[in-house]
Amino acid sequence: MLLGLWEAAFLLKLWPPHLFPAPTTVFESLRSGFVDRGFWTATSASLNRVVMGYAIACAIGVPLGFWTAYSRLASDTLGRLFVGLQSLPSLCWLPLAVLWCGLTERAILFVIVIGSLLSIAIAVESGLRRIPGIYRMAGENLGARGLRLAIHVLLPASMPHLVAGLKQGWAFAWRGLISGEMILVTLGLGRLLVLGRDRNDISQIFAVMLLITAIGYSVDALCFRALERSLHKRWGFASL
Amino acid sequence: MAAVMELLPAVAEQKISVRGVTKEYVLPRGEVLCALQNVDVQVRRGEFLCIVGPSGSGKSTLLHIIAGLVSPTRGEVVIDGGRPKGPGPDRILIFQDLGLFPWLTVLENVEFGLKMQGVPARERRDLARYYLSLVHLSRVEQGFLHQLSGGMKQRLSLARALVLGPSVLLMDEPFAALDAQTRDLLHDELERLWEETGQTIVFVTHNVREAVRLGDRVLVMSHHPGRIKQEFAISLGRSRHLEDPEVALQAREILAELRGEIDKAVRAEYRGE
Repeated sequence: MLLGLWEAAFLLKLWPPHLFPAPTTVFESLRSGFVDRGFWTATSASLNRVVMGYAIACAIGVPLGFWTAYSRLASDTLGRLFVGLQSLPSLCWLPLAVLWCGLTERAILFVIVIGSLLSIAIAVESGLRRIPGIYRMAGENLGARGLRLAIHVLLPASMPHLVAGLKQGWAFAWRGLISGEMILVTLGLGRLLVLGRDRNDISQIFAVMLLITAIGYSVDALCFRALERSLHKRWGFASL
Repeated sequence: MAAVMELLPAVAEQKISVRGVTKEYVLPRGEVLCALQNVDVQVRRGEFLCIVGPSGSGKSTLLHIIAGLVSPTRGEVVIDGGRPKGPGPDRILIFQDLGLFPWLTVLENVEFGLKMQGVPARERRDLARYYLSLVHLSRVEQGFLHQLSGGMKQRLSLARALVLGPSVLLMDEPFAALDAQTRDLLHDELERLWEETGQTIVFVTHNVREAVRLGDRVLVMSHHPGRIKQEFAISLGRSRHLEDPEVALQAREILAELRGEIDKAVRAEYRGE
């Protein structure tokens, strides 16, 4: 249906073809991009970065969330800072990243991490605050303390509230990645967009945008929906 | 060991000693609610102690304090002659609200405490299965909580506690939501386990007959503030049945004592306290 509208808009010649390509030329450029391996290497480079960045963001964000949830001081200082900083689009961190890390891979990673870290930390904090006290008490009663209590009781107990934040963190990581790649000269999907612009190749720009959307969508469908399904299966719809 | 026991007969005899425990809560408006006032309770090793009282008499709070999950405002709890800091797997509380974990399967719920103790996977699986079979839940071991009935959840929380082999079992109205047959069965089962293991049990209930059915002793608590009002030794032989005339007779005697407290609690509830 959407494809039909697209084709119709193209046939009506509302815009000239060098600004608004036909679906067929876009798919042709997707195909040739994958055939000459340019899209493959760019996609794998981008995915590598974003997975690494997201993993680091989780590794730092989850403990930070715990800290702000259970320490009054951290919540009044860091917690509020996070909420404030979260309103910054991740692109705003790029100049800082470039000055700190130079025009390097690390600058992109920095932008990815900082973008998703904040929303993960905030989600963990609010998820932990919503856990019914009985789970913690039951866990302590059965001998869970400290880190084990956090991993085996508090984190899974807050998971239903946490999923949305993890998803948002992923979306921010993905956006941070593309913005970072567009600025820095490197291999990746963002770079392909810039190349498309430089070569005045509108169909490549459309093709890459399509690819970025498709990857974002598949990750959501494969990882996060699976997680949500498992939560529904365990908790049941009523108890959520 | 024997010599130590001779030297310290009081220590050996008393499993739990609650001494002068007071628990006050500060309400949001700044008022102080006294849930427990100067409570003394001695529980002998291997004793089955039942506590009855109207709602608001602090029965649950007392159990939470013995479990180490709530700290008293004043007073202390002595277990085996020591003063434990916080909760421990030697004293397991079965909560009124159960606190089962919805993210785990039935079997994993029972395994949880063993996992926290570092028991190897194979061994804890076998133990958990054995205790699940004791409470007749083997068929649903791979199920999740939302698939269980209220009674099944109660039995699951019993299995989750028993699997740890605690020397003290603290039970907070565990069978209140069960149908009569299941409750009878679990009374028998609990009594059998208690006689086999020599556990010390503190059992809170609002059902006086249940208290007489199970207890060596029944304590009656008063309403607001919570105090120990009276103590009844139950000298009937075991195993008793809920419908035994002797049980009913003894229950009536205790109920007479309790009635005044229940009236007080009901009146307080109507006044919106």
